[in-house]
Amino acid sequence: MTDRFLVATRKGLFTVQRGERRLSPWSIVAEAFLGDNVSMVLPDPRDGSVWAALDHGHFGVKLHVSRDGGATWAEASAPAFPPKPEGKEEVEPAGQRPIPWTVLRIWSLEAGGDDDPDGLWCGTLPGGLFRSDDRGASWRLVRSLWDHPKRKEWFGGGAEFPGIHSILVEPGNSRRVTLGVSCGGVWVTEDQGGTWTCRADGMRAEYMPPERQFDPFIQDPHRVVQCPGDPKSLWAAHHNGVFRSTDGARSWQEITAQPSSFGFAVAVHPRRADTAWLVPAESDQRRIPFEGRVVVSRTRDGGKSFTVLSRGLPQRHAYDIAYRHALDIDSTGDHLALGSTTGNLWVTVDQGDTWQTVAEHLPPVYVVRWIGQRGGVAAGH
Amino acid sequence: MPIVSFTPNIQRHVSCPPTGVKGDTVRQALDAAFRGNPRARAYVLDEQGAVRPHMVVFVDGRQVRDRQNLSDPVPRDGEIYVAQALSGG
Repeated sequence: MTDRFLVATRKGLFTVQRGERRLSPWSIVAEAFLGDNVSMVLPDPRDGSVWAALDHGHFGVKLHVSRDGGATWAEASAPAFPPKPEGKEEVEPAGQRPIPWTVLRIWSLEAGGDDDPDGLWCGTLPGGLFRSDDRGASWRLVRSLWDHPKRKEWFGGGAEFPGIHSILVEPGNSRRVTLGVSCGGVWVTEDQGGTWTCRADGMRAEYMPPERQFDPFIQDPHRVVQCPGDPKSLWAAHHNGVFRSTDGARSWQEITAQPSSFGFAVAVHPRRADTAWLVPAESDQRRIPFEGRVVVSRTRDGGKSFTVLSRGLPQRHAYDIAYRHALDIDSTGDHLALGSTTGNLWVTVDQGDTWQTVAEHLPPVYVVRWIGQRGGVAAGH
Repeated sequence: MPIVSFTPNIQRHVSCPPTGVKGDTVRQALDAAFRGNPRARAYVLDEQGAVRPHMVVFVDGRQVRDRQNLSDPVPRDGEIYVAQALSGG
């Protein structure tokens, strides 16, 4: 069943469930961490545990886990950098600020597949990737990436420091993992993190000097998603527009979306790689919905054409933006959840043709995630 | 013996009762306090051992200067107070 999803917000974590009522059937059935900044959430399909990353500001970044579906929570071991070597000073290239060896935000959390039953991955600001081999009992910094000379060229986009926001574990081959980095391109490992290759050929950054526009290492994919049924098919909402790959990130093709190509969130159908959804904003310079109308753009032909979907979404004086993790699709490919910066939450059960409002006054929504998803197939919970 | 006490705001996340400790510097005193309460350490210090950016440590009412190495001296009966700076909204 794909009738439940989690909503991580600036001030708490919420569980939404579909009920019996025909009208407004979706409702919030549980909340946790009220008042706390929940930067990421992972419902692990392998054992039903739920991981929540908190950013307390004063008290730092923490990780909590629930083993009973969210009824009770316990603080778990959080990813942490090893001691910084003496004299090893690095600065972030754009702002020239020293890069701290401290976890500033947990920005992505993913579980390994069935062939990696105890593996967890965690992406952070300022750009550290962490790996757990024991389901979160302990974490280690993935040194092969942190020590990569090109990692030191990553720079911050909207944040002061770079961050890893997308971790795509390939269904059926957990040794192949793809990362999206703002700003630092797309990185792929074929050996579970032993070695890494930047794969952003074809991505373009118009805002950079001409000689750097196609430099794969400076690209700013806002979010990268993978089609579980066709893992070589990837979609990226990029600072410069929309890009698609059909060869496992070896090459990327630019897509022109409607009504604009600028946005943060993207979702791809679990089996039909040509079908994807975007939440467009007007432009980089004006990050509001086009003409104050919240819409979702859907393509079913790989980006050749788009249908602009608006039924059930606010169409007048609406200034909601969807953060990069605030759009998610379930394993049926019919249900999507969408949360906004101004605390609206919508669900569709017909691939976006119509949307139902679940909540209108939530804190800013960072993440929505369906529960019970495993590589595009609903897990048996 | 120096006493280490913590802001009430931290108590919502991790219990931190006032603790008598041994130590001539802030580092030694906090290390001693966290020895019996390791989870609290990560709420006050980052993984490099520095005071978190929005936390403040006082010794007898004066803010410590060395937030990185915590080398400020602590008198024999000093009172160390771990507080949070105001920020956010």
